Amino acid sequence: MSTSQHTPLVQIALSPAAAQAAAAADSQAALEAMRNRVAGQTGQRFWRSLEELSGTSEFQRWASNEFPDGASTWSDSVGRRRMLQLLGASLGLAGLTACTKQPEEKIVPYVQAPEDFVAGKSLKYASAVTLNGYAQGVLVESHLGRPTKVEGNDLHPASLGGTDIYAQAAPLVLYDPDRSQTLLRNGRISTWPAFVTAMGLIREEALANKGAGLSILTENTTSPTLAAQMKKLLAELPQAKWHQFDSVGTDNARAGAQLAFGQPASVQYNLAAADVILSLDADFLTHGPGAVRYAKDFGRRRKLWKESAHGSSHAPAAASHAAPAAAAHTAPAADTHAAAPAHAEAPKLNRLYVVESCPTSTGSIADHRLPLASAEVESYARALAAELGVNAGAATTKVSADWVKKVAADLKAHSGASAVIAGDCQPPAVHALAHAINAALGNIGKTVSFTDPVEINTAPGFESLQQLVADMNAGKVKTLIILGGNPVYTAPADLDFATAMKKVGTRVRLGLYDDETSALCQWHVPDTHSLETWTDLRAFDGTITIAQPLIAPIYGSHSAIEIMSVLLGRPEVTSYQAIREHYQSNALIAAPFEDNWRKALHDGILAGSALPAKTVAVRADLAAALPAPKAGSGLEINFRPDGSVYDGRFANNGWLQELPKPISRITWDNAAYIGSSTAAKLGLGNGDLVELKHAGRRVQAPIWIMPGHAADSVTVTLGYGRTRVGRIGNRIGYNAGAIRTSAAPYISSGLEIAKTGDTFRLATTQEHHSMEGRDIIRVANVADFEKDPQLWGHEHPPMSLYEDFEYKGYKWGMAIDLSACTGCNACTIACHAENNIAVVGKSEILRGREMHWIRIDRYYEGDPDDPGIYHQPLACQHCENAPCEGVCPVAATTHSEEGLNQMVYNRCIGTRYCSNNCPYKVRRFNFFLYSDWDTQSLEALRNPNVTVRSRGVMEKCTYCVQRINSARIEAEKEGRKIRDGEVITACQSVCPTEAITFGDLNDPNSKITRSRRNARNYKLLGDLNTRPRTEFLARVRNPNPELAAPKAPAPSHG
Amino acid sequence: MDKELVQKPIAVGIAQDPVIGPGHDYTTVTDKISELVLTTKIHKEWVIGFLFSASLASLLGVAMYFLLFKGIGVWAPNVPVGWGFDIINFVWWIGIGHAGTLISAILLLLKQEWRTSINRFAEAMTLFAVACAGMYPLMHTGRPWLAYWMLPYPNTMGMWPQPRSPLLWDVFAVSTYATVSALFWFVGLIPDLATLRDKAKHTVSRYIFGALSMGWRGSADHWQRYEMAYLLLAGLSTPLVVSVHTIVSFDFAIGIIPGWHTTIFPPYFVAGAIFAGFAMVLTLAIPMRAFYKLEDFITMHHIENMCKVMLATGIIVVYGYFLEVFFGWYSANEYEKAVIMNRFTGPYAWSYWALIFCNGLAPQILWWKKYRRNLLLVWIISNIVSVGMWLERWVIIVVSLHRDFIPASWGYYTPTIFDEAFFAGTIGLFLTLMFLFVRLLPSIAMFEMKLLVPAAKARPESEGGH
Repeated sequence: MSTSQHTPLVQIALSPAAAQAAAAADSQAALEAMRNRVAGQTGQRFWRSLEELSGTSEFQRWASNEFPDGASTWSDSVGRRRMLQLLGASLGLAGLTACTKQPEEKIVPYVQAPEDFVAGKSLKYASAVTLNGYAQGVLVESHLGRPTKVEGNDLHPASLGGTDIYAQAAPLVLYDPDRSQTLLRNGRISTWPAFVTAMGLIREEALANKGAGLSILTENTTSPTLAAQMKKLLAELPQAKWHQFDSVGTDNARAGAQLAFGQPASVQYNLAAADVILSLDADFLTHGPGAVRYAKDFGRRRKLWKESAHGSSHAPAAASHAAPAAAAHTAPAADTHAAAPAHAEAPKLNRLYVVESCPTSTGSIADHRLPLASAEVESYARALAAELGVNAGAATTKVSADWVKKVAADLKAHSGASAVIAGDCQPPAVHALAHAINAALGNIGKTVSFTDPVEINTAPGFESLQQLVADMNAGKVKTLIILGGNPVYTAPADLDFATAMKKVGTRVRLGLYDDETSALCQWHVPDTHSLETWTDLRAFDGTITIAQPLIAPIYGSHSAIEIMSVLLGRPEVTSYQAIREHYQSNALIAAPFEDNWRKALHDGILAGSALPAKTVAVRADLAAALPAPKAGSGLEINFRPDGSVYDGRFANNGWLQELPKPISRITWDNAAYIGSSTAAKLGLGNGDLVELKHAGRRVQAPIWIMPGHAADSVTVTLGYGRTRVGRIGNRIGYNAGAIRTSAAPYISSGLEIAKTGDTFRLATTQEHHSMEGRDIIRVANVADFEKDPQLWGHEHPPMSLYEDFEYKGYKWGMAIDLSACTGCNACTIACHAENNIAVVGKSEILRGREMHWIRIDRYYEGDPDDPGIYHQPLACQHCENAPCEGVCPVAATTHSEEGLNQMVYNRCIGTRYCSNNCPYKVRRFNFFLYSDWDTQSLEALRNPNVTVRSRGVMEKCTYCVQRINSARIEAEKEGRKIRDGEVITACQSVCPTEAITFGDLNDPNSKITRSRRNARNYKLLGDLNTRPRTEFLARVRNPNPELAAPKAPAPSHG
Repeated sequence: MDKELVQKPIAVGIAQDPVIGPGHDYTTVTDKISELVLTTKIHKEWVIGFLFSASLASLLGVAMYFLLFKGIGVWAPNVPVGWGFDIINFVWWIGIGHAGTLISAILLLLKQEWRTSINRFAEAMTLFAVACAGMYPLMHTGRPWLAYWMLPYPNTMGMWPQPRSPLLWDVFAVSTYATVSALFWFVGLIPDLATLRDKAKHTVSRYIFGALSMGWRGSADHWQRYEMAYLLLAGLSTPLVVSVHTIVSFDFAIGIIPGWHTTIFPPYFVAGAIFAGFAMVLTLAIPMRAFYKLEDFITMHHIENMCKVMLATGIIVVYGYFLEVFFGWYSANEYEKAVIMNRFTGPYAWSYWALIFCNGLAPQILWWKKYRRNLLLVWIISNIVSVGMWLERWVIIVVSLHRDFIPASWGYYTPTIFDEAFFAGTIGLFLTLMFLFVRLLPSIAMFEMKLLVPAAKARPESEGGH
C-alpha cells in the first residue's frame, strides 16, 4: 500500500495533470487486481509478505516499477528536453535577480519589544530642521518608525514650541516621490562605491597639486562638524577653495555688523524686553533664523488682559456646570506652553513701527506701518540716526518729519527697552545704522546683543559666487563639488552660472533633487533630508542641536558630512561617526560623554552651547565708513524670497504651493506686486501679464496689486519658474532670478514694465478683501479700549426656546487672539500635516475648492495705499447650535457630548447642504478624489490616527479630536481628568505667537475659561445664535498717540 | 351638480371661444384623437424632432458617465456655492410639473371644464418633469451610490435618516408626488386605452392596449368606480400641488443664509411653480396643436385661460420679489440688506434684472386680449417665463450663496460644460418622452372631450359623477 501511495506523489511533482490522472488510474487498477485475488480465495489464507501475496506477474511488474505505466514513458521522452529548457530558464532567471540587490526585508517579531515602544502609539524625538543653514529645534512625531509630523521643541531657543511653515512642510519633502532616489553618473544610475572610487582619484590628484583647481560650493552652514571637516580638508589642500552662496540669506546682516563694528558678529534681539520696536524693512516675525523665537517674544507682549465687566454673566452655563467638575482639576497643570500665572497675564503692550516696501506679516501686525520704497529706507535710517544723535552723515529723506521725530522720540523715551531691526534684504549700511542707533539708545546688552558669527564662513555669498564664476570662466576650476544649493537656478542671471560651470572638468553635485544643477553635473549624489541623517547645526543664537535622524535614508542618500569624509579619504566614516567623533575628540560635550550625548540628543539642544554675548563698539568713523547711498532712477524692483517656496527649494512641495502667500493669498504662482496708485498710474490691473525689463534682461510676470505697497516700487518673489524639480514645481510661475543681478541682488532700480496685452489667472483663496463694515474683526486702539472695553457693544446672552444641553464632562473650546495673529500661515500648514489634508492644485483653487481646514482671512481697511491689514484664522467654530447639523439628511454631521461638531466621513453622502448652511464657510468638500491613494511614499507620510478622505465626502476641522482622544486614553489610564494644556491642537502647538488657546470650558481654572473672561473676547457672528465654541479676542493696537493713529474699522453696529 | 359653475367658467371669452370646436360629435372626437396614435404613418417632422431629442438625451448619458466616474467635481459647485445647476434645475423641473397636477386635480375639483383638453398632456408633462427633476438630487450627491441612505429602511448600521433635514422632506415629498402623479395619469388613461384597444387594427397594439386598459369594458360599474377613484386621486393630488413646492422651498427657507432664510418662500415658490408650469404647457401645446391640427380641442379659449393663470401667478411671484426687497430693508439686518444690494448691483446683477424682465415685465403684456390671442407672442412669452423661472432659482441659490456672511469666503460660480450637458440632457430626455407620448398614447382625454360635445351638453345630469 505504501508504494501505491508514493507513486502519485512523485508524479505530482513531475507530470502534468493528465499523466498524473493516468498513473493514478493504473495504480488503482493494480490494487483492484490484488484485492480481487484475495477476495477470490476460499478459507483463511495468511500471507507473510506482499511478495507472497502478489503472485501475479502483472503485480510483480507493477510493484517493481517505480513509475506506473505511462509515467516513465512521459518522463523519458519529453523530460530530457524539458529538463534542459528548465535548466536554461532557471539559470537565466537566477541571473536576472542578480542585476539589482534585492532589499533585505527583515521581519522583526517584537518578542522583546524595544523600550518605550508601544505599537500604535507615536513617539517624539528631538531633531532639527534647517533653512539657510540655521537650526530650528523640533520634536518629530514618529509612528512605527515613520516621521509624520513636526512640532516645535520647547527647549530650543529658536522654537520655544513653535515652528515656521517650512518646518511643518519638512515631512512632505522627506517623502516627496520626486526626490532624487539614485546616484547618477552622466545621468545614468551608478553606485556609491563607484563614486567613492572616483572621488578617491580626485583626492589623489588634489593632494598632488595641493588642491589647486578644486572648488567646493556650499550654502551657508553652521554645522561644527562640517566646519571641522572643511577646515581639515583646506589644511590638506591649501589651494582648494570653499565658496558659499545663498540666493536669499543673511549676508547683509553679517556685512552690516562688519561695517558697524569692524568685526564679524551675529545679532540677536530680546524682544521680550522691548517696549518699542522699529523694523527697517525687516519681516523679523516670519523670516530669518530667529523668526519663530522673535514671534514668541513679540506675541507675549501683545495680549492685553482686561477682566470682562460682565465676566460672570458671560458664560453662565459654563460656570454652573463647572462647579462639580472642579475638584478633579486639582492636579498640577502640565502645561508645556508658557504658563502665565493667573493674574499676571497683563503684559505691557509693546509698540511696533514697521517701515517697509511690500506688506509683510510683520507689517500687518504693526501699530504704525509706513510704506516706503526699499531704497528710501537707508535715508530714513540716516535721518533717524541723526535725530538720535548718531553721527551717520548727512541725510535727506522723503519721509515726513513726524515719522522721523516722533519715532525717534518714542525710541528715546524707551532707551534700553527698544530695538531697531534691519531687514536682511537691506544693504549693510542700514544694518550698521540700526546697530549704531541701538548702541546710542543703550539697547545693546538689553534688547540687542551680539555674538561671534554663528555661521562658519562669513564671506559674503554673492561676492564668493562671483569669484567662483570668474575662476570657472578663467578655466581655473578643474573640479567643482556642489554640496546642496541649486546655483544653476538661484544664481543671479548676470553671472550665467550654467555656462561658466560647463567649463569645469569634473562637476559633482549633492542635492535633494535631480534638478537644474544636477542636470549639468557628471556626478549627482542624492542628498539626505535633515530628518533622515545625523547632523549638527546651530540656532540663530549659536545653540547647537545634534539632530537625530528619524528614519534611515529612504533612498540610500548621503549627507554633506559623508561626502566630506570621502574627500578626506575616509569614506567609511558615516555622519553619525563623524559627528560623535567631533564632539568626543574635541571634548565639546562634558564628561561623562555618553550620558551628556544622550541628554543632548534627547533634549534637542546641547546645553550651554549658545554663543556668549560679546562686547562690540560702533566704530567712531562710521559716518565715513558708510558707503554712499546708491542713487537709483525709475521704478524700483525688490527681489524677495517667496512666502511659500522660499528661494525655490520648496517648489516641489504641494503643501507649500497650496499655502496662500501671506497678505496676497495667492497660491501656486508668484506675481509682481505693485502698489495701488502705481498700478493705476501704469494702467495695470490684477493678472495683467507684463514684461519686466531690468538690467538688460526680461521676464514675463503677472501683476498683482498689493494694497500698501510703496509707490514706484515693484516686488518680485524668487523660487518659481523652475524647470527641473518634480511634477509639482516644474514650470509654474516665472523665474524672477532671470532679471536679478549679483551687484544688486535684493534692491535695484531702473525697472521697466511693458504690457503684453495678455492676462494670466492667478489662483487666490480670497476674492473679497473688505469687511463691508461688518462686525468680523474687532479692532481698537488701546486707549479707546481702556476707556470703554465695551466699545463694540454688548454681547447678547444666548437665547433659546429649548433647554440648553448640559455638557457634563468636558466642554472643549478655543480662543484665537487677533492681537497676536500675524497671518504667518503656520497653523494652516500644521493642520495640513496633522490631518492628512489633500492638495488640490491650482485649477481647483481657481474654482474655490481649497481644502484648508483652517484658513486665514485677510482684510484691508482704509486707504489702498496705506491700508490697515487684519488677519483672522478661521476654522470650524464648533457651534453649539450648528446650522450644518440640522440640514444633513443622513446625520453625517453630529454633535458630541463634549461639544465637538463631528463629521462622520463614512456616513456622508455629499449633499453639501451643510457647507451651504455654514455661515463661516469652513467646511471642505472632496469634489474629486483629492487624496493621493496611489503614491507609495506618501502613504508613509500620513497620520495614522486621521482618516484619509475619499471622494464625495465633506470634511472640516475636528479640534484635532485624535489628540483629545489620545490625551483621554492617558488620563483614563491614570484615573484622572485630562489636564489643562494636555490637549494641544496642531494649530495651537505651531503658532509662533501663541495666539491660539484650547481647553476645557468646564474647568474654571483652565486658560480657555480665563480667556473667555477677557473683555476682548467676542463671538464671530454671535448674533446668529450659532453659539460658536471658537471665540476671538479683539485686536487691540498700541499706536503712538503723537503720531497720526491708524483708524480702527468702525463696527457696523454698537 | 352646480350648473351655474359648470356653465360659467371664469373665462369671459366663453362666448366667442368654446372649449371644443364646432361640429364635433362623439365619433369625430374619438377618430381625431385616436388617429394620432393608431395611424401607421410616421411624420418626417416627428422623426426629426424625436431624433434630435433623443440625441440630446444621450448627452445625459455622457454627462452622467463623467459625473459618476470622475466625481461631482466635473460640475461647478464649490465652497461657498455648494449648489448650482443641480438644485436650480431640480427646482425648475419640479416647478414645471406643478401645472399638470394643478390642471388635473384642482381644476377638476373646481369643475373648470376647459381643463379637459389639456389635462392628459399636462399630466404627462408633470411625470416627465418629475423624472428629470428626480435625477438631480440623486446625482448631485458626492456619492450617488449611497443616496439610498436618505430612505428610511431598517439596516444593520442602526441608522435612520435625519428627520430635521429638509432634504429628507424632499425625498418624501417628491417620491409621493411622483407616485400619485403616475397613478393619476394612468387611471385617467384607462378608458382611452380601452378605446384604443377596441379601435386598434394591429394585433400587437391590441394586446398592448388591452393589457394596459386592465379589462375596461365601459360598464356602469366601471364608470362609477372610475369616477370615484379619479376623484379620490384628485383629492390626494390637490394638497401635493401646494405641499411639494412648499417643501422644496424649505430647502432654502430652513437655511440660515441671507436670501434663503425667509418665510415668504412657500407661497412664492408654489405660485412660481404654477407660473412656470403653465408656461411650459403653453410652450409645448402651441406647437403640438398646430402640428396635429388640434385647434378644435385646444382652442383659443384654453390658450387665453392659461395666459390668465400665468398672468395671475406671475403677479404673485412679482409680489414675492417685492416683499424680499421690502424685508431686506425693513428687517434692518445688514446681511439681508447686503443680499438685496448684491442682487441689484453685485457681479450677478444681470441675472436679477433679467429675472425681473422675464417674470415681472414680459408677462404683463398678457393683460391685453389681443396679445393673448397672438399665438406666436404667447409662445415667446411662455419661453421667456421658463427662462425667468430658471433665473429665479439661479438668483436664490447662486446669488445668495456666493456672498453670505464672511466676505473673505465669498466666491463665484461658473457652470462647466458638464453642468450644461447634463441640463441639456434632461431637456432632451423630457422632449424624447414627450415625443413618445404624443405618438404612443392619446394626448387628449377622448372620453372627457366627449363630455364637452354638444350631444353630451344636452344631458348635463350625466356628469353627476364628477
